[in-house]
Amino acid sequence: MNIYVLLKRTFDTEEKIIISDGQIEDESAEYIINPYDEYAVEEAIKQRDEHGGEVTVVTVGDEEAEKQLRTALAMGADKAVLINTEDDLEDGDQFTTAKILEAYFEDKEADLILAGNVAIDEASGQVGPRLAESLGINYVTTITALEIDGETANIDKDVEGDVEKIETNLPLLATCQQGLNEPRYPSLPGIMKAKKKPLEELEIDDLDLDEDDVEAKTETTDVFLPPEKEAGRILEGEIDDQVKELVSLLKDEAKVL
Amino acid sequence: MSKLLVIGEAREGELRNVTFEAVAAAKKIDSEAEIVGVLCGSDDLSDSGQEFIYYGADRVVTVKHDNLETYTSEGYSQAVMAVIGDESPDGIVMGHTAIGKDLTPKLAAKLETGLISDATDIENDGDQTVFIRPIYSGKAFEKKVITSGLTFVTIRPNNIPSLERDDSRSGEVTAKDVDIKDLQTVIKDVIRKASEGVDLSEANVIVAGGRGVKSADGFKPLYELADVLGGAVGASRGACDAEYCDYSLQIGQTGKVVTPDLYIAVGISGAIQHLAGMSNSKVIVAINKDPEANIFNVADYGIVGDIFEVIPKLTDELKQVV
Repeated sequence: MNIYVLLKRTFDTEEKIIISDGQIEDESAEYIINPYDEYAVEEAIKQRDEHGGEVTVVTVGDEEAEKQLRTALAMGADKAVLINTEDDLEDGDQFTTAKILEAYFEDKEADLILAGNVAIDEASGQVGPRLAESLGINYVTTITALEIDGETANIDKDVEGDVEKIETNLPLLATCQQGLNEPRYPSLPGIMKAKKKPLEELEIDDLDLDEDDVEAKTETTDVFLPPEKEAGRILEGEIDDQVKELVSLLKDEAKVL
Repeated sequence: MSKLLVIGEAREGELRNVTFEAVAAAKKIDSEAEIVGVLCGSDDLSDSGQEFIYYGADRVVTVKHDNLETYTSEGYSQAVMAVIGDESPDGIVMGHTAIGKDLTPKLAAKLETGLISDATDIENDGDQTVFIRPIYSGKAFEKKVITSGLTFVTIRPNNIPSLERDDSRSGEVTAKDVDIKDLQTVIKDVIRKASEGVDLSEANVIVAGGRGVKSADGFKPLYELADVLGGAVGASRGACDAEYCDYSLQIGQTGKVVTPDLYIAVGISGAIQHLAGMSNSKVIVAINKDPEANIFNVADYGIVGDIFEVIPKLTDELKQVV
């Protein structure tokens, strides 16, 4: 099976967001593979081990993303592709990313494309379904189980806590939800091997695209932090009195009852 | 005058609140706009269509077909694209729900447009409509504008208040015939697991448990408390990892991001990833035996104490006032 993973490099979930000059400070931040994309990498490896074939991890970003691609290779992916937009694109949006990936996938004959259902930074969840639509293949979002048998895929899909049992056909794009699997940690031999695995770097020029083809349809005009929450009141006294006080505060002061 | 489509969504035969919020959002984009509701389903949709109008839609187009009984992106996109073809709207608004998240990127790709997902507020700055949306799970916010093409947006439930229901409003509900066919994806079964009644993302009250709840059984008092308040139960990652509850209940940077009126954190320490998912709630109550727990830094009210003592007492006390 020809399996691909769409991967995004994101801030570590531990990171606090700092804004200076209207931009998010990213110099000192730690980065990780978007946690939902880790499920995709794990699932791709499992499906390959079961059905054979090859796992290629693809990211759109800058040179820095090489580290996360190497991590995916160390987990067990076979090949990595970095579509480096650093020199060509100032700002992109989901339209941009999906267009670039569409051009990349045009001649790839993917059987299965896996991605996270959302990235924890921008959190739009658009790129996967957009790509599937432009490639004309089926997609299922927020999957928690995947069984492939020949050309048929049986899927559990999380729908706001309920589970839909879905049957569909390959080629397929699926976006991964928590609960699908437990992503493995790269092993030491895995890390050593990853250094030698192929990592191809492309620019949009190599995909016969120019800036105008992928020009964003939306623009971010400002970023800001939510108002700082002031520490509230810790109630005191006997538990019975505290409970009574809490209820009256919720009712009369906060007016949420 | 502009024309805005609002794609409605029903659950168990009733339109969801977020649909009415989407109408209000469309009015915020353009208070003069003609608002056309769109409804898909396999049953008669005329009552829902009327309800749509009571909440501010000017008219409603319904598409009824057996293949629209349960949502699939293929079926719904065929129906909605047919309506878009007829109406040529200037914009589209939908809820950022499981269906909204699944359907709108497909429509945006078909229409070759931008899409702003998960807006929590809408402002007008001169002649530009500005959409405010959380990033990094609410650790920060961004302002976004559409620079080309349709104004296409999904809105987060529970953030933009719906308009008052006005049953003196009237408008046309018309049925459109669309042949929904060639579906590749089949839903064979739906297993209901979600906490009964209230969905986390739309709940006004959430009672969430952490590692301090200690077991799956330990969640029972939380469900009782949530019941009294008409709320839903959520959990921290710690509680999910420890298998006290299902991952579908997880709130945080991985998991759901929620903004209820009242959030009661029970035995939750308050890791930054959890705070990202809930700290924009309107009122936060923290109950934890550790006075140093980080959760107290974002709480409006805190009780330091044994949750197994506090929660049943709180439930009893609330029974008397709500």
